[in-house]
Amino acid sequence: MEVQTRNSDNITILEVTGDIDGSTAPALQEKVLEALQPGGKLLLDMSGVDFMSSAGLRVMLVIYRQISSNNGQCLLYGLSESLQDTMAATGFLKFFTLSDDLNAGLETLRQ
Amino acid sequence: MIMERIDVYPTRTHEGFKLRAGQVQPFGATIVPGGINFSIFSSRATSCTLVLFRTGEPQPMIEIPFFEEFRIGNVYAMTVFDLDPETTEYGFRMDGPFEPEHGHRFDNSKVLMDPYARVIAGRDIWGEPPDWDDIYHHRSRPVLNDFDWESDRPLEIPIEDLVIYEAHVRSFTRHPSSGIKAAGTFEGMREKIPYLKALGINCIELMPIYEFDEFENSKKHPETGEMLLNYWGYSTVGFFSPKAGYASTGKFGMQVDEFKNLIKEFHANGIEVMLDVVFNHTAEGNEYGPTLSFKGIDNKTYYMLTPEGYYFNFSGTGNTLNCNHPVVRNMVLDCLRYWAAEYHIDGFRFDLAAILGRDQNGAPLSNPPLLEQLAHDPILAKCKLVAEAWDAGGLYQVGSFPAYGRWAEWNGKYRDGIRKFLKGDAGLAGEMSQRLQGSPDLYWTRGPTASINFVTCHDGFTLLDMVSYNGKHNEANGENNNDGGNDNHSWNSGWEGPSTDPAVNQLRERQMKNALTLLMVSQGVPMILMGDEVGRTQYGNNNAYCHDNELNWLDWSLMDARSGLLRFFQKSVAFRRGHPVLRSRTHLRHTDYVGSGFPDMSWHGTEAWKPDWSESSRALAFMLCGQHAKGGTERDDHVYVAMNTYWDSLWFHPPQLPPGTHWHIAINTGMPSPDDIWEIGHEPVLGDQGSIMLGPRSTVVLVGR
Repeated sequence: MEVQTRNSDNITILEVTGDIDGSTAPALQEKVLEALQPGGKLLLDMSGVDFMSSAGLRVMLVIYRQISSNNGQCLLYGLSESLQDTMAATGFLKFFTLSDDLNAGLETLRQ
Repeated sequence: MIMERIDVYPTRTHEGFKLRAGQVQPFGATIVPGGINFSIFSSRATSCTLVLFRTGEPQPMIEIPFFEEFRIGNVYAMTVFDLDPETTEYGFRMDGPFEPEHGHRFDNSKVLMDPYARVIAGRDIWGEPPDWDDIYHHRSRPVLNDFDWESDRPLEIPIEDLVIYEAHVRSFTRHPSSGIKAAGTFEGMREKIPYLKALGINCIELMPIYEFDEFENSKKHPETGEMLLNYWGYSTVGFFSPKAGYASTGKFGMQVDEFKNLIKEFHANGIEVMLDVVFNHTAEGNEYGPTLSFKGIDNKTYYMLTPEGYYFNFSGTGNTLNCNHPVVRNMVLDCLRYWAAEYHIDGFRFDLAAILGRDQNGAPLSNPPLLEQLAHDPILAKCKLVAEAWDAGGLYQVGSFPAYGRWAEWNGKYRDGIRKFLKGDAGLAGEMSQRLQGSPDLYWTRGPTASINFVTCHDGFTLLDMVSYNGKHNEANGENNNDGGNDNHSWNSGWEGPSTDPAVNQLRERQMKNALTLLMVSQGVPMILMGDEVGRTQYGNNNAYCHDNELNWLDWSLMDARSGLLRFFQKSVAFRRGHPVLRSRTHLRHTDYVGSGFPDMSWHGTEAWKPDWSESSRALAFMLCGQHAKGGTERDDHVYVAMNTYWDSLWFHPPQLPPGTHWHIAINTGMPSPDDIWEIGHEPVLGDQGSIMLGPRSTVVLVGR
C-alpha cells in the first residue's frame, strides 16, 4: 500500500494505492494522523484500492470516527463497486460519507 | 488509570514462535493482547499439538506441541504471540488410543477442527468443489467480535404476537428472477427485507446457517446424473460458525459481519430472527464417516455409543450427539449463549429435539438436565425456545416435551388435524375445536403459546403441493420414491399434479386460502413456509433436501403470477396482527368473565350456539368476544369464523350482536380476489345480519362492531 498526500484549499487529500489489510492498515492510520490537524477535513481517494480486508475495514472506521470525534470531516472518493458491495453487506458502508465525483466530494467538504 | 497486564510476554519458544501457557477459558481461539489464545478440551488424549496454517496454504506453517505446563485438567491452553488473526488458520492433532471397541478413535494423522471455531474457512464459496486431497477441509479461524450493533438488541416480541416465516437462506434469493446481485446469500436476503415487511411477518426462522458441508454424502442421481447435495444443511460441521458459503463476503472471511448486518437490519424492520439449530448429530457420520473434529478429539464424550463402541443413530443420520454429557451440555449452552449475545438471535428451533432429552445410553430422561438448563439460563432468558418434539428413534413428545415453563413445540398434531379437516375427512370437528384454540388438550398447563401452529414446513409438501398431490413424487431424490413421509394428509383436488382445469385450480386456490385463514385465526403461534404465499411448488416432492435448483428456489416471478394469493396472505397476516383477540397468552375459558354478554370463546354450527360435534359434521363455527381480548385487558372487534369443508354450499347463522353493532365481512374464501379479503376498517357490512351462505369448501370470517 502507498499513500500520497496533497492539499486542496484547506482539505487534505490522501491517495491510497494497494490493499488495506491487517499489515498495511496501521500505516494508513499513522499517515492520516500525521496529515490532519484536529478539526481538519480529509478526502480519502480510494480509487487505487482493490481490496480491503476485515481488519482494513475496521481501521477505516476507526479513522473515520477519530476524525469525527475531533470535529473533523472525512469523505471517501472512488470506492470500487466491489468494495462498496462488500462494505454494504458487512454494514460498514452506512457509517461513511461517499462521493463518486472528486469535485463534488471536495465541494461537500467545503460546505 | 491504565493497568497493563504483566504476563504479556512469552515464556517459551518453539521454532521461532513465542509462547506461554494460555487461558483455559473461553474455549476456542481468542484474540488477546500480543497474540492469540488457543484452548481445547479432551479427556482422553495423551497429548495435543496446535497446527497453524497461513490462510489457504495446503501445508502447515508450524506445528506447536502443548507443553506439559500448558495443560490444566483436561484442557490444553496456549497463547501464541505475534500471529496475524487475518492470515492464520488453526487446527489440532490429538494423540491417544485408537480402540473403537472402547469408544476411542484417536488418529494423529488428522488435523482436527476446533469444536468452538467461530469462523470456519476452506469452503468459502457455495458449491465450489473442494480439493479432496486437502489435509484440512474445514479450517478453524479466529475472529474479532467487535461488530457495531449501535443500539440494537433482540426484539423480545411476545411469542403469541409472532407470525413466523420459515426460510432457507440460499433458496430465498438464488433464483435468477430475484434480481439480486448477491443471489443466495445473507446479503441477498437483506435486500429483500422490504418484501417480508410487506408480507407482514415479524419473525424469520432460518433453516440451518451453521457451517455445514453441502458435499456431505453428495452423489449423482442414478438416472438423471444430476448432482444431489446436502442442500438444506441439517448436518452440522461447526456449531459456532455461520456458513461461509451463505455470505457474499465469505471469500474474504467476513461472514460474521455479513450475518450480523442481516440480523441488525431485520431488527430495524421489526422482524425477529430465529435459528433452526441441529444439535442432535454432526457431519461426522458413523464409523465410516470422516474424522473432522469431535471424533478425533474425544469420541466417547461427544457421541452416544453402544457398549460395543458403535454409534447410536437416533437422528437417522449415522451418529447422535451425546448432549446430556456434562461437557457436551456445556458446549451446547456456550453455543446458544454465543448466538444470543454475540449475534442478537431472538430464538431457536431445535431440530429433532427429543434427542436432547435422552441420556448417554439413549434412554429418555424424565428431567433432562440440558433442557432444564437452557430453560433457566440467564442469557437465554428472553429467547424463544422451540422444540421439534420428536426424533428418528421413535420418541414422539408433542404435548409432553419437558417444558419448564419455557419451551414451545412444533405442533405436529395441529398440522395433521388441519390437513385432514380441510380435505373433508369425517370426524374432525372435535379435534379442530382443540387445534383452533391453541390445543389445550396438549398444552393445558403450558398455554396456547406452547403451540407453534403450522400447516406446512420445510419437511413435506408445500401448501400448493398439499392441494395438488395425493402422494409424494420423490423420484428426483434418487431413492426410488422411498424417502420422505407417507402421512401427508393431502388431497389433489381432483387431478394429480399441475392442471389446466379452471375448476381444479380455483379449488386449490380456495383450499390454500382456507388453510391460511385457519392458521391465522388459531390461538397459538402461526408459522408459514417460504413461498407458500405465492404458491411455490416442489412438483410433489415432499423431501427436497438435496436439490440446489428450482425445486427449492423461490421463483420471484410468482409474485405477479399469483398476486391475488399474495395479497390474501398479506391481508390475512395483517388481520391476525390487527386483532389481539386472536392472540391470547392464556387458554380461553369459555365463560364471560368481563360481563360482555358473550363468553370469551363460543362454538357454533350452521345455527348459532348449536355446534355439531357428530362424526359427519363438516361445518363448524366459533366466535371470539372482542371484550375478552388478551384476558380482557384489550378491546377488539368480535370475530366469528365459519368453516365449511363440505362439498356443497351451506347457510350459516352467526350469533346475534347487541343493538347498534353489526357483522362485517372480513374474509370469504369463496369469493374471487379481491373480494376474498378486506382491509381492516374497510370490511363491508353483512347484508343479512342473520345469515351468510358459505360456498363449497369455504371459510368466512366476520368482525362485529
